[in-house]
Amino acid sequence: MTGFLQSGPVHVALEAGALTAVVSGLVGVFVVLRGQSFAGHALGDLGTLGGSGAYLANVNPLWGFVGVGAVVAGAMDLLGVQGRRGRDVATGVVLGAALGISALLLYLDTTTTSTTGATITVLFGSLFAVSPGTVPPMAGLACLGVVAVAFVYRPLLLASVHPELASIRGVPIRAVTLGFLVLMGVTVSLTSMVVGTILSPALLIGPPAVALRLSRRPPVAMAMAAGLGLVATWGGVVLAYASQTWPPAHAGWPISFFVVAIIFVAFVAVELPSRLVRPKRGPD
Amino acid sequence: MSTLPAPAEAASGQAEPVLKVEGVSVSFGARRVLDEVSFTVGRGELVGMIGANGAGKTTAFRVVLGLLPADTGTVTRPHRGIGYVPQKVAIDADTPIRARDLVSLGVDGERFGIRLPSRARRRRVDEMLEAVGAARFADTRVGTLSGGELQRVLIAHALVGDPALLIMDEPLANLDIKSGHEIVELVARLTEEHGLAVLLSAHDMNALLPHMDRVVYLAEGRAVSGTTAEVVRSDVLSRLYRYPVRVLDVDGTLVIVGGHDVRVR
Amino acid sequence: MFSGFMVNAWAVGTIIGVVAGAVGFFVVLRGASFVAHAVPLSSFAGAAGASLVGADTVMGLAVFAPVAALSIGWLGRRRRSDVATALVVATMLGLGSLFLSWRTEYVSAVYGLLFGDIVGVSDAQLWLTSALAAAGLVAVALMYRPLLLSSVAPEVAAARGVRRGLVDVLFLLLVSLVTTMSVPVVGALLMFPLMVGPPAAARAVSRSPLSAIALAVGVALVTVWVAIAASYLTTWPVGFFVGTVAAAFYLAARAWSALRR
Repeated sequence: MTGFLQSGPVHVALEAGALTAVVSGLVGVFVVLRGQSFAGHALGDLGTLGGSGAYLANVNPLWGFVGVGAVVAGAMDLLGVQGRRGRDVATGVVLGAALGISALLLYLDTTTTSTTGATITVLFGSLFAVSPGTVPPMAGLACLGVVAVAFVYRPLLLASVHPELASIRGVPIRAVTLGFLVLMGVTVSLTSMVVGTILSPALLIGPPAVALRLSRRPPVAMAMAAGLGLVATWGGVVLAYASQTWPPAHAGWPISFFVVAIIFVAFVAVELPSRLVRPKRGPD
Repeated sequence: MSTLPAPAEAASGQAEPVLKVEGVSVSFGARRVLDEVSFTVGRGELVGMIGANGAGKTTAFRVVLGLLPADTGTVTRPHRGIGYVPQKVAIDADTPIRARDLVSLGVDGERFGIRLPSRARRRRVDEMLEAVGAARFADTRVGTLSGGELQRVLIAHALVGDPALLIMDEPLANLDIKSGHEIVELVARLTEEHGLAVLLSAHDMNALLPHMDRVVYLAEGRAVSGTTAEVVRSDVLSRLYRYPVRVLDVDGTLVIVGGHDVRVR
Repeated sequence: MFSGFMVNAWAVGTIIGVVAGAVGFFVVLRGASFVAHAVPLSSFAGAAGASLVGADTVMGLAVFAPVAALSIGWLGRRRRSDVATALVVATMLGLGSLFLSWRTEYVSAVYGLLFGDIVGVSDAQLWLTSALAAAGLVAVALMYRPLLLSSVAPEVAAARGVRRGLVDVLFLLLVSLVTTMSVPVVGALLMFPLMVGPPAAARAVSRSPLSAIALAVGVALVTVWVAIAASYLTTWPVGFFVGTVAAAFYLAARAWSALRR
C-alpha cells in the first residue's frame, strides 16, 4: 500500500486520470445529448495519426493529439461530419486512410528510434509511462475545458436540446457547434492520453451514458459522469498496480483494460434492469 | 393462424372473388385497429380502400399480405399470388440497380438458389416494362427515377410474376396530380385488358372515382363496402363514423363534411 | 517476391480480395457501414486469444467473429444502441489488448492484428481461408436474389415472403466470414476501407448489380495486390497501402462520376 502511494508514476497517473475524468464527464454528457458519438470516434482515429506523428517527431503525443484534434474539428464542422451523414462511406474511407498512414508512422518510429512502445501508447495508452512534465499542460487543457463548459453552458444546452428555439433566442448556432467540436477535440486528446485513441470513446461517452440513464438533469448527470470517470480511472490505476503480481506474466495488466471494464460493468448494471422488462407490442 | 384459406363460395351466381376478407379484427393492446372488416375483390375489379390516415388501411393490407396475423376472421388469397407496391421505397441515387434489374427480381426474387440468365425471362421483363410505359428508362438507376417513373417500375415488378391481385399502398400520396392520374389510368387499363384485380388505398377518393368499381370505406377500424353510389352517402357514412357526416357533390367532386350542426336525412 | 512465404501471402490476399469485394457490395448496399467497422474491431479479442494460446489467429476469429457479428446485429436492433455497441466494441478491444499483454511480443502482436501482416501466413491459414472463401462465395450465389431484393426494397421483399430476420442473420455471418479470413493479413483497423472502399467506388461507375460486384472484386483485388507488392518492396506496413490505395480508388471514382454529371 505504501509502495503505491509513494510511487511517482502512480501520482502522475492519478492526477492525469482525475483531470481527464472530470473534463470528459462534463463534455461527454453533451456529446451523448447531441448524438455526436461518431464524431468522438472519428476524432480518436485522427488522433492516432497525430499521436503517431508526434512520436516520430520526438514530441509528446499529447501535442499530436491536440494539434490534430483542434485542426480536424474545424474541418469536420466544414464538411458536416456530425450527424448521421457523417457515418457514411466517404468518412469511413478517409478515416481508414488516416489509420493507414498512422501504421506507417508507427512503423517508421520503431525503425528510426530505439523505443518500441509507440504503438501501445498511442492506441491503448500507457498512463504509468506519462512523464510528470506532461501533467501541467494536461491540467491547463482540462481547466480550459471546464471553464469553456461553464461559460457556454446555457446556450450549449439549449442549442443541443432545442436547436430551433436556440436560434430564435439568438444563440449563434454555428459558433456553438464549431466551438463544441474544438472542445471535443481537446477532451479526446486527454482521454487518448489515459486509455489510448481506440479506447477513448469508452471514456468519453461511457460514464455520461450511465449517468444519463440515472438522471435526465444535465448538471446532475455531469457530476455523476465525472464521478464515475474518476472511479474508473483511479480504480484502473489501483488494479493495474496490484496486478503486477498477478499471473500470467507478472508484469501488470494494462490500465486501459481496467478503466474500460469498470465503465462497461457500470453500463451493464444500469441497462440490464430496463432490458429485462419487455415493451408492450405495438404497431410495427 | 386465422389466415387459413377457407373454401371459396360462389355468391349468387357471381364469379369467385380473387380476394375475400371476412370478419377480420386486429387489436394492438387495448386499441382495436380493425373491427370485423369484410370485403371482396373480384376478377377485373378496381377496388379503392378509402380512409383517413390512421383509419386502418395499412394494417388491413398487412393482414391481407400475410405479414400480420388477424385476431379473428379469415383471408382467402388467390392461388396465383399477390403483387404489392408499397407507398414509399427509399433508394439512393447511386444504388447500382437499373429498372430492368428490379423488374427482373419480380419474377422470382424471393427464392434462394442460383438463377442462370434466360432469354425468355429477359423478354418477359421487356414486355412488362413496355406495358407500364417504363421501357424508355429501363436501363436507368432506380434511385434517379422520379416518383411516377419509380411507381411504374414497381408496378412492373409486382406484375411480372403474373399475380391475380395487385395491392398498392397509397399510390397517389407522393405524386403530383398529373402523374397520379396517369398511374390510375395505367392500372385501370391493366384491369380491363388482363382481368387483373386491383386493391389500392387512398385518403381522397376523387382521383379514383372515374375508374373505381367498388369502394371499401374505412373509419376507425370499421368498414363498409359496395359501389360508390351505395357507400358514399350521408346516412351510410354517418352510421360508419357514428357521427353526423354529410356528403356533398360539388360539380362531380365528392366532399365529406362533418359536425353536430349538420343535418342528415 | 513470388517465392517462399510470399506465395501464401499472394494466395490468401487474392482470396481476400474476391470475397471482400463481393460481400462488401452488400455491405454498402445495405448501408451497414457500422457493422463493417464494429465486427472486425470486436473480433480482435478472439484473434488475440488465439495468438495467446499459440493457435492460428484465423481459428480464434472463426469462433469469435460470428458471435461478435450476431451480437452487434442484435444490439443494433434496439434504439439508442450506438452507445451500447461502442462500449461493447471498446470492451472487446480492451480484452484483446489484455490477452496480448500476456505475450512476450506484445507490441508486434498488437501491431500485426490491428494493422495487418503479410509475413507468417501459414499453410493451415491458407487452407482454412480457401475453405471459408468457397463456402462464402457459394452462399452469396445462393442468396443473391433475396439478399439483393431485401437490401434495396425491404417492404417489397417482405410482401413476397422473404424472411427478413433470416436474411439479416445470413448477412451478418457473411461479414464475420470476411472478417475471419482478412483480419490476420489486412488488420482489424483496415478491414473497413477494404470491404467498403472498392464497392463504393464500383457503384459510382457501374449501373447494374452484377457489373458493380465484378468491378468491386476487381478494385479490391488490385488494392490487395498493390498493397502486398508495395509492402514487400518497401518493407512498409501493408495496412498503410490498403488504406491509402482504397481511399485513392474511392476518391477517383467519385470524382469521375461527379465530372460525368
